[in-house]
Amino acid sequence: MLWGSNARETHPIFFHHVLKGVRAGARLFVVDPRRTASAQWADVWLGLDVGADIALANAVAREILHAGLENRAFIERATTGLDAYAACVEPYTLERAERETGVPAAAIRELAHSFARADRAQICWTLGITEHHNAVDNVLALINLALLTGHVGRYGSGLNPLRGQNNVQGGGDMGAIPNKLPGFQDIEKDATARAKFDAAWGVAVPPTYGWHLSDMFAGMERGELTHLYVIGENPAQSEADAHRALALLGGLEQLVVQDIFLTKTAAMADVVLPATATWCEAEGTVTSSERRVQRVRKALEPPGQARDDILIICDLARRLGHDWGDVSAEQAWNELRSLSPMHAGMSYRRLEELGGIHWPCYDEQHPGEQFLHSRLWAEDPAARGTLAPFSVVEQEPPVDELTPEFPIRLTTGRRLDSFNTGVQTAGYRSPMRRGESLDLSPEDGERYGVADGEVVRARSRRGSVEVPIRFDESLRPGLAFMTLHFGDDVMTNLLTIDATDPKSGTAEFKATAIRIEKLPATVGA
Amino acid sequence: MTAIPVGPPRRLVELTIDGQTTRVPEGTTVLEACRSLGIDTPTLCYLENLTPVNVCRVCVVEVEGARVLAPACSRKAEAGMVIQTDSERVRLSRKLVLELLASSVDVSLAPASPGYLERYQADPDRFGDAATVAQPPKIDNDLYVRDYSRCILCYKCVEACGVDAQNTFAIAVAGRGFDAHISTEFDVPLTESACVYCGNCIGVCPTGALMFRSEHDMREHGTWDETQQTTVDTICPYCGVGCTLELHVQDNEIVNVTSPLDHSVTSGHLCIKGRFGWQFVQNRPSP
Repeated sequence: MLWGSNARETHPIFFHHVLKGVRAGARLFVVDPRRTASAQWADVWLGLDVGADIALANAVAREILHAGLENRAFIERATTGLDAYAACVEPYTLERAERETGVPAAAIRELAHSFARADRAQICWTLGITEHHNAVDNVLALINLALLTGHVGRYGSGLNPLRGQNNVQGGGDMGAIPNKLPGFQDIEKDATARAKFDAAWGVAVPPTYGWHLSDMFAGMERGELTHLYVIGENPAQSEADAHRALALLGGLEQLVVQDIFLTKTAAMADVVLPATATWCEAEGTVTSSERRVQRVRKALEPPGQARDDILIICDLARRLGHDWGDVSAEQAWNELRSLSPMHAGMSYRRLEELGGIHWPCYDEQHPGEQFLHSRLWAEDPAARGTLAPFSVVEQEPPVDELTPEFPIRLTTGRRLDSFNTGVQTAGYRSPMRRGESLDLSPEDGERYGVADGEVVRARSRRGSVEVPIRFDESLRPGLAFMTLHFGDDVMTNLLTIDATDPKSGTAEFKATAIRIEKLPATVGA
Repeated sequence: MTAIPVGPPRRLVELTIDGQTTRVPEGTTVLEACRSLGIDTPTLCYLENLTPVNVCRVCVVEVEGARVLAPACSRKAEAGMVIQTDSERVRLSRKLVLELLASSVDVSLAPASPGYLERYQADPDRFGDAATVAQPPKIDNDLYVRDYSRCILCYKCVEACGVDAQNTFAIAVAGRGFDAHISTEFDVPLTESACVYCGNCIGVCPTGALMFRSEHDMREHGTWDETQQTTVDTICPYCGVGCTLELHVQDNEIVNVTSPLDHSVTSGHLCIKGRFGWQFVQNRPSP
């Protein structure tokens, strides 16, 4: 099951593996508002309305329970909270779900029965699940389905968030998140781990959670965050509601940007620290979507004054009174191994020999774990450990409401040949690239009296952009699509809403309400 | 990295190749059996990550009791088989195949070609003024070049574009006999075809008929020099799948990108961003 993921375009080589499965007889269900290139390979495409994911997931759960297809043995041994969950999903009948999601009841029923009856089944998702104001609830709704059917903790089954960047997993693993030390050791709840880091680093780690990105912008708004050090990120173009983001970044007392290019964010900075491209101008590791730690290696001499990120950070530390010397990537990695038990067995030598290792890998004899949560199937209750909880989650519509004034739902995503704000992909000449467009169903084109290729003004409650229309038959009436790839030409984020999930801090890039305004005809046009 | 076997264990079958007796798992091809004995068998249309199509016929071997020669790349080993890989008949057949190919197609960039021609004393010139597929290269985009004067119709690109990897089906073999050629749908220009520029066809091409634009341009300018190239393995900078990229570097520039055929993530295949999206690190201002 691919839910809110267009892997055919966004994770093409992962999709090769999906296609091998499809050719070997696996059934593929794709849940996506757009009939994407991935959906075209599906046995069933469930074209739900944007932000109706929980209504759909809860209806699937209700259908599984009413058909008696839940995995009772697994639920009783490994989970808690079924009763409250069953009560929560009870009102989500197939009829209600059809009404609230736009997906025919028969398709929801088929998904429920097929998923529950499968020997092995996976749920893979991407930003279609997480770029919502209730992102964490969306994920919990999918976890519920895996717990209900026992499709977790076994080879070939499981829950699989497809990571969008080559080291977004590794960033979290290394503690570049506000609530965890490296190796997911909790800053507030795990005093023993904190003491270990205190001792190793010779400083007291603050015992409270930090801020995630959305918290930081809120902090800027309150005037509490006045200095910002940005490494390898382009928030001036990547943040939702760009008007607000640019104003807040511009209002900082000091902005330091470390990047390989003079990005839009770097152009705003007081200090720019030119860095190397980590994947080909420096040594190190990245961690893929499958938790596989792999080596990146230096192939090129960096240009100009660009320097390895580690050396820049060491220099900064030196100026702040801490001389760490010049640390190599392998030295930094070995320090991590001494502090993060789940990485302890991953020496550079073993990473080389084995072509990467999946965490956790506790010692140098450990092969790495191919899949997680197998403990839930252990015979011995002690080995089973903490039971997995069902979560009660309710459908909530997107924050940016559709009204007669703003009747079109704009959603965002990537195209095959481009990446995020285009900082990297603008560097090569893709024959497929057409620049930004507002993709619209031909039916809507007729309805709003706009032609294919016509430049219009797309307006949301926050801002507007001029953008050419492109008809796309994979879109249903009422749904429009844009990317964030060409911010220099069309700043899509002037339209998007920064309604963020309080738990994850993720903005609702997937659901903006817009209208289309025709531009006055110009002379000679 | 523990692999969990999901298939039943395979029986071993015993066969004799060039007088040596060997046991291989049932389902092993004669080619794999030859390789396990260290017998070097020439191949052009065969590749580990593609389904054998048996079109080039340079891997043929003699199976005792069989009327015709068998392609080693797809013929399965059978119990009691007796195989000759270097008999007079095999050598003559391989020589003739190589002569026919090399007389009509420019195989000068096929890495295997000079060795094979020499090994079988093939003389492509002996046909005199033979018909050829000579034609100018098709240069219609910034990423790769198609030079069908080098195409031996091995089908590898068709397979990589089709069910064996990419499932895009932008190309197929069109025409019959000597007019057979690789074509887009309805022979439309590449830029109007279904092609998604993954370059997986380049990754499998054995003769240089499909080539990175970067390599093509360097060859045109006489600057392409494999002796000055190094290869570094790293991980693609884009999505989270973790594809291994082999960066081929000359004079501090990436000149092309491949991925190992035996890599468990890629099987040698990449997407447009991994294959071509690296230029951003070397769009350097002129000094």
